[in-house]
Amino acid sequence: MSAYLSIDDVGITFQTEKGSFRALDHVNLKVDKGEFISIIGHSGCGKSTILNIVAGLLQATEGGVLLENREVDSPGPDRAVVFQNHSLLPWLSVYDNVALAVDKVHSKTKSKEERHAWIMHNLQLVRMDHAKDKRPGEISGGMKQRVGIARALAMEPKVLLLDEPFGALDALTRAHLQDSLLEIQRRLGNTVMMITHDVDEAVLLSDRIVMMSNGPAATIAQVLKVDLAHPRRRVELADDPTYNHYRAEVLRFLHGHAPASVAA
Amino acid sequence: MTMVTTPTQIKEAAEAAPVSRPSAPSEMTKKIRHVAAITLPPLIGLIILLGLWELACQTKGAMLPPPSKVLADTKELILDPFFDNGGTDKGLFWHLSASLQRVAMGFSLSAVVGILLGMVIGQSQLAMRALDPIFQVLRTVPPLAWLPISLAAFKAADPSAIFVIFITSVWPIILNTAVGVRNIPQDYRNVAAVLRLSPVEFFAKIAMPASVPYIFTGLKIGIGLSWLAIVAAEMLIGGVGIGFFIWDAWNSSLMSEIILALVYVGLVGFALDRLITVIGKKVSG
Repeated sequence: MSAYLSIDDVGITFQTEKGSFRALDHVNLKVDKGEFISIIGHSGCGKSTILNIVAGLLQATEGGVLLENREVDSPGPDRAVVFQNHSLLPWLSVYDNVALAVDKVHSKTKSKEERHAWIMHNLQLVRMDHAKDKRPGEISGGMKQRVGIARALAMEPKVLLLDEPFGALDALTRAHLQDSLLEIQRRLGNTVMMITHDVDEAVLLSDRIVMMSNGPAATIAQVLKVDLAHPRRRVELADDPTYNHYRAEVLRFLHGHAPASVAA
Repeated sequence: MTMVTTPTQIKEAAEAAPVSRPSAPSEMTKKIRHVAAITLPPLIGLIILLGLWELACQTKGAMLPPPSKVLADTKELILDPFFDNGGTDKGLFWHLSASLQRVAMGFSLSAVVGILLGMVIGQSQLAMRALDPIFQVLRTVPPLAWLPISLAAFKAADPSAIFVIFITSVWPIILNTAVGVRNIPQDYRNVAAVLRLSPVEFFAKIAMPASVPYIFTGLKIGIGLSWLAIVAAEMLIGGVGIGFFIWDAWNSSLMSEIILALVYVGLVGFALDRLITVIGKKVSG
Protein backbone atom coordinates (compact mmCIF):
# COMPACT_ATOMS: atom_id res chain seq x y z
CA MET A 1 0.00 0.00 0.00
CA SER A 2 1.34 3.43 -0.87
CA ALA A 3 1.66 6.06 1.82
CA TYR A 4 -0.88 8.82 2.43
CA LEU A 5 1.72 11.51 1.94
CA SER A 6 4.95 10.63 0.26
CA ILE A 7 8.01 12.79 -0.31
CA ASP A 8 10.00 11.06 -3.05
CA ASP A 9 13.67 11.80 -3.55
CA VAL A 10 13.16 15.57 -3.29
CA GLY A 11 16.09 17.87 -3.99
CA ILE A 12 16.08 21.61 -4.44
CA THR A 13 18.68 24.00 -5.78
CA PHE A 14 18.24 27.75 -5.43
CA GLN A 15 19.76 30.05 -8.02
CA THR A 16 21.26 33.02 -6.20
CA GLU A 17 23.43 35.90 -7.32
CA LYS A 18 26.47 34.12 -5.91
CA GLY A 19 25.71 30.99 -7.89
CA SER A 20 23.54 27.99 -7.18
CA PHE A 21 22.83 26.74 -3.67
CA ARG A 22 21.90 23.12 -2.99
CA ALA A 23 19.47 23.26 -0.07
CA LEU A 24 17.95 19.76 0.02
CA ASP A 25 19.25 16.50 -1.36
CA HIS A 26 17.50 13.11 -1.71
CA VAL A 27 14.81 13.66 0.91
CA ASN A 28 12.53 10.63 1.28
CA LEU A 29 9.65 10.37 3.74
CA LYS A 30 6.39 8.46 3.93
CA VAL A 31 3.65 9.72 6.24
CA ASP A 32 0.57 7.71 7.21
CA LYS A 33 -2.90 9.13 7.59
CA GLY A 34 -3.44 10.57 11.08
CA GLU A 35 0.26 10.58 11.86
CA PHE A 36 1.94 13.49 13.66
CA ILE A 37 5.41 14.10 12.23
CA SER A 38 7.93 16.63 13.54
CA ILE A 39 10.90 17.74 11.52
CA ILE A 40 13.73 18.95 13.72
CA GLY A 41 17.15 20.30 12.86
CA HIS A 42 19.46 23.26 13.29
CA SER A 43 18.44 26.53 11.71
CA GLY A 44 19.37 26.70 8.06
CA CYS A 45 19.05 22.94 7.54
CA GLY A 46 16.19 23.43 5.11
CA LYS A 47 13.39 22.08 7.27
CA SER A 48 11.10 24.96 6.34
CA THR A 49 12.02 24.35 2.71
CA ILE A 50 10.60 20.81 2.92
CA LEU A 51 7.39 22.19 4.40
CA ASN A 52 7.11 24.81 1.68
CA ILE A 53 7.57 22.14 -1.00
CA VAL A 54 4.80 20.03 0.54
CA ALA A 55 2.66 23.19 0.76
CA GLY A 56 3.34 23.84 -2.92
CA LEU A 57 4.78 27.29 -2.21
CA LEU A 58 8.16 26.07 -3.54
CA GLN A 59 8.84 23.73 -6.43
CA ALA A 60 11.32 20.90 -5.95
CA THR A 61 14.13 20.77 -8.48
CA GLU A 62 14.08 16.97 -8.49
CA GLY A 63 11.68 14.43 -7.11
CA GLY A 64 8.17 15.23 -6.00
CA VAL A 65 5.46 15.04 -3.39
CA LEU A 66 2.43 12.78 -3.63
CA LEU A 67 -0.67 13.29 -1.49
CA GLU A 68 -3.17 10.44 -1.82
CA ASN A 69 -1.31 9.43 -4.98
CA ARG A 70 -1.78 12.83 -6.61
CA GLU A 71 1.16 15.01 -7.34
CA VAL A 72 1.47 18.30 -5.44
CA ASP A 73 2.42 21.10 -7.83
CA SER A 74 0.73 24.20 -6.40
CA PRO A 75 -0.55 25.47 -3.04
CA GLY A 76 -4.04 24.49 -1.99
CA PRO A 77 -6.36 24.32 1.02
CA ASP A 78 -5.90 20.53 1.29
CA ARG A 79 -2.46 21.40 2.71
CA ALA A 80 -3.29 24.27 5.08
CA VAL A 81 -0.30 26.03 6.59
CA VAL A 82 0.03 27.64 10.02
CA PHE A 83 2.84 30.14 9.56
CA GLN A 84 5.30 31.06 12.28
CA ASN A 85 4.19 34.70 12.30
CA HIS A 86 0.47 33.78 12.24
CA SER A 87 -0.06 35.87 9.03
CA LEU A 88 -3.57 36.96 9.94
CA LEU A 89 -4.89 39.83 7.85
CA PRO A 90 -4.79 42.82 10.20
CA TRP A 91 -7.77 44.62 8.63
CA LEU A 92 -10.10 41.67 9.27
CA SER A 93 -11.59 40.60 12.60
CA VAL A 94 -10.73 37.21 14.07
CA TYR A 95 -14.04 35.90 12.75
CA ASP A 96 -13.50 37.34 9.28
CA ASN A 97 -9.99 35.91 9.05
CA VAL A 98 -11.41 32.42 9.53
CA ALA A 99 -14.43 33.29 7.37
CA LEU A 100 -12.13 34.23 4.47
CA ALA A 101 -10.85 30.65 4.42
CA VAL A 102 -14.21 28.98 5.15
CA ASP A 103 -16.13 30.99 2.55
CA LYS A 104 -13.51 30.16 -0.06
CA VAL A 105 -13.01 26.48 0.71
CA HIS A 106 -16.55 25.47 1.67
CA SER A 107 -18.58 27.81 -0.56
CA LYS A 108 -19.99 24.90 -2.58
CA THR A 109 -20.46 22.34 0.16
CA LYS A 110 -21.93 24.41 3.00
CA SER A 111 -24.80 26.90 3.20
CA LYS A 112 -24.31 30.34 4.72
CA GLU A 113 -25.65 29.21 8.09
CA GLU A 114 -23.53 26.07 8.03
CA ARG A 115 -20.44 28.13 7.25
CA HIS A 116 -21.17 30.46 10.16
CA ALA A 117 -21.60 27.48 12.48
CA TRP A 118 -18.38 25.95 11.13
CA ILE A 119 -16.42 29.18 11.74
CA MET A 120 -17.71 29.37 15.30
CA HIS A 121 -17.03 25.66 15.84
CA ASN A 122 -13.38 26.09 14.85
CA LEU A 123 -12.97 29.22 16.96
CA GLN A 124 -14.40 27.29 19.92
CA LEU A 125 -11.96 24.47 19.22
CA VAL A 126 -9.04 26.83 19.90
CA ARG A 127 -11.04 28.69 22.56
CA MET A 128 -11.05 31.99 20.70
CA ASP A 129 -14.82 32.38 20.15
CA HIS A 130 -14.98 35.05 22.85
CA ALA A 131 -12.67 37.31 20.79
CA LYS A 132 -14.32 36.82 17.41
CA ASP A 133 -14.90 40.53 16.81
CA LYS A 134 -11.39 41.63 17.79
CA ARG A 135 -8.75 42.62 15.25
CA PRO A 136 -5.42 40.73 15.27
CA GLY A 137 -3.74 43.88 16.59
CA GLU A 138 -5.88 43.72 19.73
CA ILE A 139 -5.00 40.16 20.83
CA SER A 140 -1.81 38.54 22.14
CA GLY A 141 0.69 36.54 20.09
CA GLY A 142 -0.57 33.25 21.49
CA MET A 143 -4.16 34.16 20.65
CA LYS A 144 -3.16 35.10 17.10
CA GLN A 145 -1.53 31.72 16.68
CA ARG A 146 -4.70 30.04 17.97
CA VAL A 147 -6.69 31.88 15.31
CA GLY A 148 -4.12 30.83 12.70
CA ILE A 149 -4.64 27.21 13.76
CA ALA A 150 -8.43 27.64 13.67
CA ARG A 151 -8.19 29.07 10.15
CA ALA A 152 -6.07 26.12 9.01
CA LEU A 153 -8.29 23.51 10.71
CA ALA A 154 -11.40 25.11 9.21
CA MET A 155 -10.11 24.26 5.73
CA GLU A 156 -10.34 20.56 6.70
CA PRO A 157 -6.92 19.91 5.20
CA LYS A 158 -5.65 16.45 4.34
CA VAL A 159 -2.34 17.50 5.87
CA LEU A 160 -1.91 20.27 8.40
CA LEU A 161 1.46 21.98 7.95
CA LEU A 162 2.89 23.87 10.93
CA ASP A 163 6.00 26.01 10.38
CA GLU A 164 7.52 26.56 13.84
CA PRO A 165 4.06 27.57 15.00
CA PHE A 166 5.01 28.34 18.60
CA GLY A 167 8.56 29.61 18.03
CA ALA A 168 7.75 33.24 18.72
CA LEU A 169 5.79 32.59 21.93
CA ASP A 170 6.84 32.60 25.58
CA ALA A 171 7.30 29.22 27.29
CA LEU A 172 4.02 29.13 29.20
CA THR A 173 1.86 30.19 26.25
CA ARG A 174 3.74 27.69 24.10
CA ALA A 175 2.99 24.86 26.55
CA HIS A 176 -0.71 25.74 26.58
CA LEU A 177 -0.89 25.80 22.82
CA GLN A 178 1.01 22.51 22.50
CA ASP A 179 -1.50 20.87 24.83
CA SER A 180 -4.40 22.31 22.83
CA LEU A 181 -2.89 21.17 19.55
CA LEU A 182 -2.22 17.67 20.87
CA GLU A 183 -5.75 17.36 22.19
CA ILE A 184 -7.32 18.65 18.95
CA GLN A 185 -5.16 16.39 16.79
CA ARG A 186 -6.06 13.31 18.86
CA ARG A 187 -9.74 14.19 18.61
CA LEU A 188 -9.86 15.00 14.89
CA GLY A 189 -7.18 12.58 13.71
CA ASN A 190 -5.44 15.14 11.48
CA THR A 191 -2.29 14.27 9.62
CA VAL A 192 0.24 16.84 10.81
CA MET A 193 3.71 17.82 9.69
CA MET A 194 5.36 20.28 12.07
CA ILE A 195 8.68 22.09 11.79
CA THR A 196 10.31 22.77 15.13
CA HIS A 197 13.63 23.32 16.86
CA ASP A 198 12.22 22.53 20.30
CA VAL A 199 13.14 19.02 21.53
CA ASP A 200 10.37 18.79 24.16
CA GLU A 201 7.78 19.96 21.69
CA ALA A 202 8.86 17.32 19.18
CA VAL A 203 8.83 14.42 21.68
CA LEU A 204 5.59 15.46 23.36
CA LEU A 205 3.55 15.88 20.17
CA SER A 206 4.99 13.51 17.59
CA ASP A 207 4.48 9.94 16.51
CA ARG A 208 7.76 10.18 14.65
CA ILE A 209 10.57 12.73 14.76
CA VAL A 210 12.47 13.38 11.55
CA MET A 211 15.99 14.66 12.21
CA MET A 212 17.72 16.68 9.51
CA SER A 213 21.42 16.89 8.80
CA ASN A 214 22.90 20.33 8.33
CA GLY A 215 22.93 22.10 4.97
CA PRO A 216 24.02 22.65 2.35
CA ALA A 217 22.54 19.58 0.67
CA ALA A 218 20.65 18.73 3.87
CA THR A 219 18.76 15.47 4.07
CA ILE A 220 16.99 13.23 6.56
CA ALA A 221 19.67 11.75 8.82
CA GLN A 222 17.55 9.77 11.25
CA VAL A 223 13.92 9.05 12.06
CA LEU A 224 12.87 8.36 15.64
CA LYS A 225 9.60 6.61 16.43
CA VAL A 226 8.06 7.96 19.64
CA ASP A 227 6.19 5.13 21.32
CA LEU A 228 4.40 6.96 24.12
CA ALA A 229 0.80 6.22 25.00
CA HIS A 230 -1.90 8.87 24.69
CA PRO A 231 -3.09 10.98 26.35
CA ARG A 232 0.32 12.44 26.97
CA ARG A 233 0.54 14.83 29.91
CA ARG A 234 3.64 16.94 30.15
CA VAL A 235 3.82 16.94 33.95
CA GLU A 236 3.63 13.13 34.22
CA LEU A 237 6.03 12.67 31.32
CA ALA A 238 8.66 14.84 32.96
CA ASP A 239 9.64 11.87 35.19
CA ASP A 240 8.94 9.17 32.61
CA PRO A 241 12.14 7.26 31.69
CA THR A 242 10.91 6.44 28.15
CA TYR A 243 10.11 10.08 27.51
CA ASN A 244 13.50 11.16 28.79
CA HIS A 245 15.16 8.48 26.69
CA TYR A 246 13.59 9.90 23.51
CA ARG A 247 14.46 13.38 24.61
CA ALA A 248 18.10 12.43 25.17
CA GLU A 249 18.24 10.71 21.80
CA VAL A 250 17.12 13.83 19.95
CA LEU A 251 19.48 16.00 22.00
CA ARG A 252 22.39 13.64 21.27
CA PHE A 253 21.61 13.84 17.57
CA LEU A 254 21.40 17.63 17.56
CA HIS A 255 24.69 17.95 19.45
CA GLY A 256 26.40 15.40 17.23
CA HIS A 257 25.27 17.37 14.21
CA ALA A 258 26.05 20.84 15.51
CA PRO A 259 26.94 23.23 12.69
CA ALA A 260 30.67 23.96 12.41
CA SER A 261 30.22 27.48 13.74
CA VAL A 262 28.48 26.21 16.90
CA ALA A 263 30.84 23.28 17.54
CA ALA A 264 33.94 25.45 17.40
CA MET B 1 -6.21 81.16 29.85
CA THR B 2 -9.46 81.19 31.80
CA MET B 3 -9.96 84.76 30.60
CA VAL B 4 -11.60 83.40 27.44
CA THR B 5 -14.19 81.30 29.27
CA THR B 6 -17.80 82.29 29.04
CA PRO B 7 -19.86 82.70 32.21
CA THR B 8 -21.66 79.39 31.55
CA GLN B 9 -18.38 77.53 31.23
CA ILE B 10 -17.23 78.91 34.53
CA LYS B 11 -20.50 77.84 36.08
CA GLU B 12 -20.12 74.34 34.62
CA ALA B 13 -16.58 74.15 35.86
CA ALA B 14 -17.72 75.06 39.33
CA GLU B 15 -20.47 72.45 39.26
CA ALA B 16 -18.18 69.76 37.90
CA ALA B 17 -15.79 70.13 40.81
CA PRO B 18 -17.77 71.13 43.89
CA VAL B 19 -15.04 70.16 46.36
CA SER B 20 -12.14 71.39 44.26
CA ARG B 21 -9.08 72.44 46.18
CA PRO B 22 -7.88 75.88 45.12
CA SER B 23 -4.47 74.59 44.00
CA ALA B 24 -5.61 71.67 41.82
CA PRO B 25 -7.17 72.71 38.48
CA SER B 26 -10.54 71.07 37.79
CA GLU B 27 -11.20 68.81 34.77
CA MET B 28 -13.01 71.66 33.04
CA THR B 29 -10.13 74.10 33.38
CA LYS B 30 -7.77 71.44 32.05
CA LYS B 31 -9.98 70.98 29.01
CA ILE B 32 -10.16 74.71 28.38
CA ARG B 33 -6.40 74.97 28.72
CA HIS B 34 -5.98 72.14 26.23
CA VAL B 35 -8.26 73.81 23.67
CA ALA B 36 -6.52 77.13 24.23
CA ALA B 37 -3.08 75.56 23.77
CA ILE B 38 -4.18 74.28 20.35
CA THR B 39 -6.12 77.30 19.08
CA LEU B 40 -4.23 80.26 20.52
CA PRO B 41 -0.79 79.88 18.85
CA PRO B 42 -2.13 79.84 15.25
CA LEU B 43 -4.46 82.71 16.14
CA ILE B 44 -1.57 84.78 17.47
CA GLY B 45 0.51 83.88 14.41
CA LEU B 46 -2.29 85.06 12.13
CA ILE B 47 -2.72 88.33 14.01
CA ILE B 48 1.03 89.05 13.81
CA LEU B 49 1.08 88.26 10.08
CA LEU B 50 -1.95 90.48 9.39
CA GLY B 51 -0.38 93.24 11.51
CA LEU B 52 2.88 93.15 9.53
CA TRP B 53 0.97 93.13 6.26
CA GLU B 54 -1.14 96.09 7.45
CA LEU B 55 2.00 98.02 8.41
CA ALA B 56 3.83 97.21 5.16
CA CYS B 57 0.94 98.26 2.94
CA GLN B 58 0.02 101.39 4.91
CA THR B 59 3.09 103.16 3.53
CA LYS B 60 2.65 105.55 0.62
CA GLY B 61 3.13 104.01 -2.81
CA ALA B 62 2.33 100.49 -1.65
CA MET B 63 1.22 98.43 -4.66
CA LEU B 64 -1.02 96.03 -2.70
CA PRO B 65 -3.93 96.85 -0.37
CA PRO B 66 -3.58 96.25 3.38
CA PRO B 67 -5.96 93.71 4.99
CA SER B 68 -8.26 96.43 6.28
CA LYS B 69 -8.79 97.71 2.76
CA VAL B 70 -9.25 94.18 1.39
CA LEU B 71 -11.98 93.62 3.95
CA ALA B 72 -13.68 96.91 3.15
CA ASP B 73 -13.51 96.36 -0.63
CA THR B 74 -14.77 92.78 -0.57
CA LYS B 75 -17.37 93.06 2.16
CA GLU B 76 -20.23 92.51 -0.29
CA LEU B 77 -18.54 89.50 -1.88
CA ILE B 78 -17.96 87.92 1.51
CA LEU B 79 -21.45 88.60 2.82
CA ASP B 80 -23.30 87.51 -0.33
CA PRO B 81 -21.52 84.59 -1.97
CA PHE B 82 -24.75 83.35 -3.62
CA PHE B 83 -25.69 86.22 -6.01
CA ASP B 84 -26.13 85.38 -9.66
CA ASN B 85 -26.35 88.18 -12.22
CA GLY B 86 -26.01 85.82 -15.17
CA GLY B 87 -22.95 85.06 -17.28
CA THR B 88 -19.78 84.98 -15.23
CA ASP B 89 -21.01 87.65 -12.80
CA LYS B 90 -21.74 85.29 -9.94
CA GLY B 91 -20.99 85.03 -6.23
CA LEU B 92 -17.84 83.30 -5.00
CA PHE B 93 -19.84 80.25 -3.94
CA TRP B 94 -20.77 79.57 -7.57
CA HIS B 95 -17.18 80.05 -8.76
CA LEU B 96 -15.82 77.71 -6.11
CA SER B 97 -18.52 75.13 -6.70
CA ALA B 98 -17.84 75.16 -10.47
CA SER B 99 -14.14 74.58 -9.81
CA LEU B 100 -14.89 71.86 -7.26
CA GLN B 101 -17.18 70.08 -9.73
CA ARG B 102 -14.40 69.96 -12.31
CA VAL B 103 -11.97 68.70 -9.66
CA ALA B 104 -14.50 66.10 -8.50
CA MET B 105 -14.85 64.72 -12.02
CA GLY B 106 -11.19 64.83 -12.97
CA PHE B 107 -10.02 63.51 -9.62
CA SER B 108 -12.56 60.67 -9.47
CA LEU B 109 -11.42 59.58 -12.91
CA SER B 110 -7.77 59.69 -11.92
CA ALA B 111 -8.48 57.83 -8.65
CA VAL B 112 -10.16 54.94 -10.48
CA VAL B 113 -7.62 54.78 -13.32
CA GLY B 114 -4.67 55.43 -11.00
CA ILE B 115 -5.55 52.70 -8.49
CA LEU B 116 -6.24 50.12 -11.23
CA LEU B 117 -3.05 50.92 -13.15
CA GLY B 118 -1.06 51.04 -9.91
CA MET B 119 -2.35 47.58 -8.97
CA VAL B 120 -1.29 46.19 -12.35
CA ILE B 121 2.16 47.77 -12.21
CA GLY B 122 2.68 46.71 -8.61
CA GLN B 123 1.65 43.14 -9.35
CA SER B 124 3.37 42.56 -12.69
CA GLN B 125 7.12 42.98 -13.19
CA LEU B 126 6.61 43.10 -16.95
CA ALA B 127 3.99 45.85 -16.78
CA MET B 128 6.24 47.82 -14.46
CA ARG B 129 9.26 47.55 -16.73
CA ALA B 130 7.13 48.56 -19.71
CA LEU B 131 5.28 51.48 -18.17
CA ASP B 132 7.33 52.87 -15.30
CA PRO B 133 9.89 54.79 -17.43
CA ILE B 134 7.07 56.38 -19.44
CA PHE B 135 5.24 57.40 -16.28
CA GLN B 136 8.41 58.79 -14.72
CA VAL B 137 8.85 61.12 -17.72
CA LEU B 138 5.20 62.07 -18.13
CA ARG B 139 4.67 62.93 -14.47
CA THR B 140 7.19 65.76 -14.69
CA VAL B 141 5.22 67.55 -17.43
CA PRO B 142 3.66 70.68 -15.86
CA PRO B 143 -0.17 70.69 -15.75
CA LEU B 144 -0.65 73.64 -18.07
CA ALA B 145 1.56 72.10 -20.74
CA TRP B 146 -1.22 69.53 -21.24
CA LEU B 147 -3.86 72.19 -21.83
CA PRO B 148 -3.19 73.01 -25.52
CA ILE B 149 -3.15 69.32 -26.41
CA SER B 150 -6.35 68.62 -24.56
CA LEU B 151 -8.04 71.69 -26.07
CA ALA B 152 -7.05 70.40 -29.49
CA ALA B 153 -8.33 66.92 -28.67
CA PHE B 154 -11.62 67.82 -26.98
CA LYS B 155 -12.38 71.12 -28.73
CA ALA B 156 -14.23 72.29 -25.61
CA ALA B 157 -13.15 74.10 -22.46
CA ASP B 158 -14.75 71.95 -19.76
CA PRO B 159 -13.55 68.49 -20.83
CA SER B 160 -10.09 69.96 -21.36
CA ALA B 161 -9.95 71.32 -17.83
CA ILE B 162 -11.12 67.98 -16.45
CA PHE B 163 -8.51 66.19 -18.52
CA VAL B 164 -5.77 68.48 -17.19
CA ILE B 165 -6.83 67.65 -13.63
CA PHE B 166 -6.88 63.95 -14.45
CA ILE B 167 -3.47 63.91 -16.09
CA THR B 168 -1.93 66.00 -13.30
CA SER B 169 -3.21 63.97 -10.38
CA VAL B 170 -3.06 60.45 -11.79
CA TRP B 171 0.72 59.91 -11.48
CA PRO B 172 1.16 60.01 -7.72
CA ILE B 173 -1.88 57.73 -7.37
CA ILE B 174 -0.41 55.18 -9.82
CA LEU B 175 3.05 55.24 -8.32
CA ASN B 176 1.99 55.09 -4.67
CA THR B 177 -0.53 52.30 -5.31
CA ALA B 178 2.19 50.33 -7.12
CA VAL B 179 4.56 50.74 -4.17
CA GLY B 180 1.76 49.59 -1.83
CA VAL B 181 1.11 46.46 -3.88
CA ARG B 182 4.82 45.67 -4.16
CA ASN B 183 5.09 45.93 -0.36
CA ILE B 184 2.33 43.40 0.38
CA PRO B 185 4.02 41.01 2.82
CA GLN B 186 4.88 37.58 1.42
CA ASP B 187 2.79 36.08 4.25
CA TYR B 188 -0.40 37.54 2.81
CA ARG B 189 0.53 36.24 -0.63
CA ASN B 190 1.10 32.79 0.86
CA VAL B 191 -2.31 32.89 2.53
CA ALA B 192 -3.87 33.83 -0.82
CA ALA B 193 -1.94 31.02 -2.54
CA VAL B 194 -2.99 28.37 0.00
CA LEU B 195 -6.63 29.48 -0.30
CA ARG B 196 -6.29 29.55 -4.11
CA LEU B 197 -7.82 33.03 -4.33
CA SER B 198 -8.55 34.09 -7.91
CA PRO B 199 -6.82 37.25 -9.19
CA VAL B 200 -10.06 39.21 -8.65
CA GLU B 201 -10.42 37.87 -5.09
CA PHE B 202 -6.75 38.60 -4.40
CA PHE B 203 -7.26 42.15 -5.64
CA ALA B 204 -10.40 42.77 -3.58
CA LYS B 205 -9.56 40.88 -0.39
CA ILE B 206 -5.78 41.24 -0.06
CA ALA B 207 -4.19 43.76 -2.42
CA MET B 208 -6.71 46.57 -1.94
CA PRO B 209 -6.91 46.55 1.87
CA ALA B 210 -3.19 45.89 2.26
CA SER B 211 -2.23 48.90 0.14
CA VAL B 212 -4.87 51.32 1.48
CA PRO B 213 -2.34 53.50 3.37
CA TYR B 214 -0.20 53.86 0.23
CA ILE B 215 -3.23 54.52 -1.97
CA PHE B 216 -4.36 57.32 0.30
CA THR B 217 -0.91 58.90 0.29
CA GLY B 218 -1.23 59.01 -3.50
CA LEU B 219 -4.77 60.36 -3.34
CA LYS B 220 -3.69 63.11 -0.94
CA ILE B 221 -0.89 64.27 -3.22
CA GLY B 222 -3.26 63.90 -6.17
CA ILE B 223 -6.06 66.08 -4.75
CA GLY B 224 -3.52 68.79 -3.92
CA LEU B 225 -2.17 68.76 -7.47
CA SER B 226 -5.74 68.80 -8.88
CA TRP B 227 -6.56 71.95 -6.99
CA LEU B 228 -3.31 73.55 -8.13
CA ALA B 229 -4.05 72.62 -11.72
CA ILE B 230 -7.70 73.72 -11.85
CA VAL B 231 -7.00 77.30 -10.74
CA ALA B 232 -4.30 77.64 -13.39
CA ALA B 233 -6.36 75.95 -16.10
CA GLU B 234 -9.44 78.07 -15.43
CA MET B 235 -7.40 81.25 -15.85
CA LEU B 236 -6.84 80.18 -19.42
CA ILE B 237 -10.15 78.56 -20.39
CA GLY B 238 -12.49 81.14 -18.84
CA GLY B 239 -16.12 80.48 -17.87
CA VAL B 240 -17.31 80.22 -14.29
CA GLY B 241 -14.65 79.11 -11.83
CA ILE B 242 -12.40 80.49 -9.13
CA GLY B 243 -9.40 80.60 -11.50
CA PHE B 244 -11.33 82.67 -13.99
CA PHE B 245 -12.57 84.89 -11.16
CA ILE B 246 -8.98 85.70 -10.22
CA TRP B 247 -8.01 86.38 -13.81
CA ASP B 248 -11.10 88.56 -14.32
CA ALA B 249 -10.28 90.53 -11.16
CA TRP B 250 -6.71 91.03 -12.37
CA ASN B 251 -7.98 92.40 -15.69
CA SER B 252 -10.16 94.84 -13.78
CA SER B 253 -7.29 95.65 -11.36
CA LEU B 254 -9.38 94.56 -8.37
CA MET B 255 -6.49 93.58 -6.08
CA SER B 256 -8.67 93.10 -3.02
CA GLU B 257 -10.87 90.58 -4.84
CA ILE B 258 -7.79 88.63 -5.93
CA ILE B 259 -6.56 88.46 -2.35
CA LEU B 260 -9.94 87.32 -1.09
CA ALA B 261 -10.04 84.63 -3.79
CA LEU B 262 -6.56 83.45 -2.80
CA VAL B 263 -7.69 83.04 0.79
CA TYR B 264 -10.67 80.98 -0.38
CA VAL B 265 -8.49 78.88 -2.69
CA GLY B 266 -6.17 78.12 0.20
CA LEU B 267 -8.99 77.24 2.58
CA VAL B 268 -10.68 74.95 0.06
CA GLY B 269 -7.37 73.23 -0.78
CA PHE B 270 -6.76 72.67 2.92
CA ALA B 271 -10.28 71.29 3.35
CA LEU B 272 -9.81 68.87 0.42
CA ASP B 273 -6.57 67.61 1.92
CA ARG B 274 -8.21 67.04 5.32
CA LEU B 275 -11.18 65.35 3.66
CA ILE B 276 -8.95 62.72 2.01
CA THR B 277 -7.07 62.21 5.29
CA VAL B 278 -10.33 61.66 7.19
CA ILE B 279 -11.68 59.24 4.56
CA GLY B 280 -8.34 57.40 4.61
CA LYS B 281 -8.54 56.97 8.37
CA LYS B 282 -12.13 55.75 8.12
CA VAL B 283 -11.31 53.22 5.40
CA SER B 284 -8.23 51.78 7.10
CA GLY B 285 -10.23 51.53 10.34
